[in-house]
Amino acid sequence: MADTFQLEIVTPEKMVVRDSAEELQIPGRNGYVGILPHHAPLITELGAGEISYRSDGQTHRFSVAWGFAEVLPDRVTVLAETVERAGEINVSRAQDDLRQAEESLKSANTEEASAAANAKMSRAQARIEVAQKKT
Amino acid sequence: MANILDIRRRIRSVINTRQITRAMKMVSAARLRRAQERALAARPYAQMLTNVLKSLVSRADVYDPATGDVLHPLLVHRPEKNVVLIVVTGDKGLAGAFNANILKAATRFLESKSGKNIEIEAIGRKGRDFLRRRFRAAEPRKTDSIEPPRTTLVGQQVGVLNKIEYSLASDLAERLIERYTNAEIDSVYVVFNEFKSVIAQRLVVEQLLPIERIGAREIAQSREMQLEEKQRAIEAAKGAGVSIRPADTREADERAAAFAVAQVDYIYEQPPRELFRALLPKYVGIQIYRALLESVAAEHAARMTAMESATSNASDMIDSLTLSMNRVRQAKITREIIEIVSGAASL
Repeated sequence: MADTFQLEIVTPEKMVVRDSAEELQIPGRNGYVGILPHHAPLITELGAGEISYRSDGQTHRFSVAWGFAEVLPDRVTVLAETVERAGEINVSRAQDDLRQAEESLKSANTEEASAAANAKMSRAQARIEVAQKKT
Repeated sequence: MANILDIRRRIRSVINTRQITRAMKMVSAARLRRAQERALAARPYAQMLTNVLKSLVSRADVYDPATGDVLHPLLVHRPEKNVVLIVVTGDKGLAGAFNANILKAATRFLESKSGKNIEIEAIGRKGRDFLRRRFRAAEPRKTDSIEPPRTTLVGQQVGVLNKIEYSLASDLAERLIERYTNAEIDSVYVVFNEFKSVIAQRLVVEQLLPIERIGAREIAQSREMQLEEKQRAIEAAKGAGVSIRPADTREADERAAAFAVAQVDYIYEQPPRELFRALLPKYVGIQIYRALLESVAAEHAARMTAMESATSNASDMIDSLTLSMNRVRQAKITREIIEIVSGAASL
């Protein structure tokens, strides 16, 4: 049996995942981070992107908008505001969001507005990507 | 003298009422159980977030070493001139004094802050209706406004309590944080009914902003449950099969308590200060979310108790009506016998 670590993904609404994983990828703020068992202790903020982990040879994918992760040698805990399993993502809604974000980016005249539009866009993109990989 | 038929009709109507109140009690009990589960499900996240923030406080420079000033805008104290009060009530009535008590507490709080500009955010239809009658609805006040301070209703959320989503709380939190950061508002309070279990409830006014100390709660006012209320709640819980003990959260709490406080040197992908800045706003969101969840649980518990009393009152009424019906019937029979006997005697 492969070496594993405990993985928990927690949102304000519920505990989404409690599983043992062999390998995990999380979208760190500064780029994707790959995690194997016995990783050095690490704390990082997560950006919009995809969380994927492998357990018993199966890969599970989730989209995440914003989060926070603690990595310990034998345990990883991810706190995230919204986590969606790849199969549960509403792609047409994500595409609507993306279109809206693009429009508001065009019409944005302040720095904050365009930053908000950008953030919305990357969230929508992340969700679409995760959903499409599955199929 | 009342007639037997009338009394019988009344008994039948009270029986029907009792059936309805009993059904409402059972429905509330089921909803209460679900609400308790949801409140429980929110705990690990809240706990973990609090933990991370606590441990970051020691690492991040929250205070400027040179001047002692607070570096995060949400920790800054300002003289209180513009106050926001979030009032969480239920959407529906028939829950005993639940809504009335909250509104009473809100009114008392408003009186204690008189002279300041107060903006109210109402969550729940009952509170909205009450506050709308008393205060004008208005746009949030701008910083450069020269109007005299007054109390206005600036926001309302109605019909959202059936299905509380985290986004509701986080949207509200974001709006408040933005205005707080821009110094448009100087403090934020929330008045709601805290719920630990059916018999451990408290009506509180809690200070959300500025954040005083992470992990500690700033209660401005509170009202404990009275003994009589507790007894009625216990009765109701027994009748509906709801546990009166707070849910067992030890396991989840222990796991959460271990989060991000391991005695190791973490590698920080981002400087602790940046992490702290990003996380602190989430703390406000989760606190609003928790207030909403607890308020919903408390509302169902209050309704369950109220319906239990209504059911037992209906039973009492049926008993006394049945008694007087029997008396009337007995009186009628006696009278008839006397008539027959006296009729026979006169022959």
